[in-house]
Amino acid sequence: MNKIRWLNFGFQIGAVILALLFTTVVLLMAGAPPLQAYLYIIKGALSSITNISNVLSAWAPLLLTTSGVLITFAAGLWNIGIEGQIMVGAIFTTGALRLLQNSTVPSGWILLIGFLAGMAGGALWAALAGVLKTFGGVNEIFGGLGLNFVATAFALYLIIGPWKRPGIASTSGTLMFPDKLWLPTLPKVQFSVWALGLGILVVILVYFLLRGTHFGLRLKAIGKNSKAALLMGVPTWQYVMFAFLLCGVFAGLAGAIQVTSVYHRLTPAISSGYGFLGLMVAMLINYQAIWAAPVALFFAALNIGGIQLPIVLKLDSSLSGVLQGILVLFVLLVEGARQRLFRKR
Amino acid sequence: MNSSSVLLGLAGVLYGAAPIMFAVIGETITERAGIINLSMNGTILLSAMGGFAVAVGTGSIVMGFLAGALIGALVALVVAFSSITLKQSQVAVGFVLALLCRDLSYFLGHAYISKAGPRLITIPLPALSGIPILGTLFFKQDVMTYLSFVIIFLVWFWIFRTRPGLMLRGIGERPAAAFVRGANVNRLRYLYTIIGGAVAGLAGPTFSLSVKAGWAGPLSGLDGYGWIALSITIFGGWNPFRAALGVYLFSFLQWLGLVLQPFLPSIPTQVLQVAPFPLMILTLLLVNISDAEWVTRMLAAMPERPRRWMMKLLRTLRASPPASLGVPFESE
Repeated sequence: MNKIRWLNFGFQIGAVILALLFTTVVLLMAGAPPLQAYLYIIKGALSSITNISNVLSAWAPLLLTTSGVLITFAAGLWNIGIEGQIMVGAIFTTGALRLLQNSTVPSGWILLIGFLAGMAGGALWAALAGVLKTFGGVNEIFGGLGLNFVATAFALYLIIGPWKRPGIASTSGTLMFPDKLWLPTLPKVQFSVWALGLGILVVILVYFLLRGTHFGLRLKAIGKNSKAALLMGVPTWQYVMFAFLLCGVFAGLAGAIQVTSVYHRLTPAISSGYGFLGLMVAMLINYQAIWAAPVALFFAALNIGGIQLPIVLKLDSSLSGVLQGILVLFVLLVEGARQRLFRKR
Repeated sequence: MNSSSVLLGLAGVLYGAAPIMFAVIGETITERAGIINLSMNGTILLSAMGGFAVAVGTGSIVMGFLAGALIGALVALVVAFSSITLKQSQVAVGFVLALLCRDLSYFLGHAYISKAGPRLITIPLPALSGIPILGTLFFKQDVMTYLSFVIIFLVWFWIFRTRPGLMLRGIGERPAAAFVRGANVNRLRYLYTIIGGAVAGLAGPTFSLSVKAGWAGPLSGLDGYGWIALSITIFGGWNPFRAALGVYLFSFLQWLGLVLQPFLPSIPTQVLQVAPFPLMILTLLLVNISDAEWVTRMLAAMPERPRRWMMKLLRTLRASPPASLGVPFESE
C-alpha cells in the first residue's frame, strides 16, 4: 500500500517536472531566458510586503471560486458560467453601494448590504444556468458560456450607460467609490483580512460539507450516477439546483470582494478570470477540497508574479497562465498514463 | 441605406462568417466521431497567432494557413490522445487546452503585435461575379470565403452520402456495431479528431490574415469566438447545412447590431455585438427542450390537435447529439 502511494507521488512529481520542461521550451521559443523568467515570477510574488499582500488579496477570491466549483463538480456539473456569476455579483454589489453611498446609513452596514447583494446576484445568475439545465435540457457548459457573455455585456452597458463617470464614458470602469466604502485593510498594504478570512472560512465549510455531511454524500451520489441516485430516493434536481445556487453565492462573494477590496469600482474585467482559474485549481487537485487552499495560493502567487514580466523582461504576463495550463494538462495526462499502466498489469 | 450598400453588407456577412464556419464544420466532424473538442477557443487564437507569425516570417500566406491547420491538428491530437488512449475526461482536457492555448497565443505572439502582415485579396470569379445580386454576394470574395462555401457541401456529402461517412456516423452513434462491422473505432476517432482540428485550425488564419487582419494580442478581439462556435455546433444538430445556417444567422445578427447602432444611440456598440448570445441560449433551449421531462408530461396532457402540432414543431427544432458523443470506446 505504502509503495503504491510513493509511486503515485512519484508520478505527480514527474508531471510537475514535465510541465516545467515544457514551459522552458515555450520560453526558449519566445527567445526569453528561462531561469531569469522563473526568478522574476518568484520575485514578483514574494520580494516585498506589497507583493505578498497582493498575492494574498488574489488568494481570497480564488479560494471562493475554487470552493464553489468543488461543489458543482461534486454534483457532476461543469459550472463554466462561474465567470458570469462573479460578474453579476460584482454588478449587484456596485449597485447596492451606489444606491446607499450618499445616504445616512453607516458605511459598515452599506458594505454588509453590498456583500449580501453580491451573493444574491451570483446566486441569481447560477440559478439561471441551473434552470436552463434542469428544466430546459441545456447543457450547463453552453448555457453558462452564453450567460457569461450576457453578464459581460450587461456590465459594459452599465459602465458606459447609466453608471458612466461624470463627463467621460469609458469602458475602463465606473467612478471609484470613496474610501469609506473600501473593505478595511491592514495599514500601508492593499490587503483585507476580512476578504481572506471569508475565503478561508468558505474553503473549510466546503471541505466539511463534502466530507462529513449527508448533503455532501448525496451530492456526490448524483455526480457519480444521477439516475441511480434518483432511484435511491435522492431528490436529484433540487440538489443540482442547490449546488448551482451555493456555487453562485460563493462566486457572487468573490465579485463583491473584487469590487470592495481590489478595484473599488466596476470594470468589465472585474472577475480577473478567477472563475476559470478556480476550475483549473479544482482539476489540478483532482477535486479534493483538502488541497484547495495551498494550490489556490500557489496559483495566486503565479498570477501576481507574472505581472512584472512585461516591464522587466519584455515578456507577456500571460506566462503565468501558460505555466498554470501546462501544469494542469500534464497532471491530467500523467494521471491517465498512470491509470493505463496499472490497468495493463 | 440604399440597396447596394445592403448588398455589400450581406456579402460582408458571408465573408465575416468564414472563420466561424471552419471552426463549426471542424467541430461537427470531430463530434460526429464521438469526440468533443472543447479547446476551440484556444485553437482559434493559437492558430490565428501562429498562422500570422508564419505568414510574416515566410512571406507566404499559404504557409500561414498551413501552419494554422497544423496547429489545429496538433491541439486535436492532444485531445484525442488524452481521451482515447489515456481515457481522461474530454471536457477537462479540452477546457484546459482552451485556456492554455489562448495564453500561449498571447505569450508567443507578444513579438508580433501590430506587425505588418500579408492579407488575402478579393478574387472576383470571372463570369460568375457579373451575375446581378448573386455575383456581389457570393462571387466577389477571397479564397477562404469560397472554401467556406465549398466545405459545407463537401462535408455534408462525405457524412451522408459516402461509405466512409456512414462509418463516421457509426463510430459516433454505435461504436460497438461499427466495430463488429470491421471499423477500427479508436483509430478512426483519432483520424477524424485530427481532421476536424485541422479544419478548425483554418479559422485562426482566416481571422488574422483576412477578416480581422493582423495580430494585437488580447486586443485582437478573437477571444470568445471558439465558445460561440461550440454552441453553433449544437444548434447545427451535427449537420453541416443546419450548422451553416447557424453560422450565417450569427454573423448576420452581429452585422445587424452594427447597422442598427446609429438608430439606438443609448445602447453602446459592445452590447449590440453580444446580442446573438441571448438568442443563442434561446435556440439551445428550443433545440433541447423536447428532452425535458416536464415538456413530455405537458404534451401528454394536451388535447390531440395542438399536441400533434407542438410535437411536430419540437421535432423539427430538436437536435440529438451522436449517441456516443463523449463516451470512450473499449473493444473488449
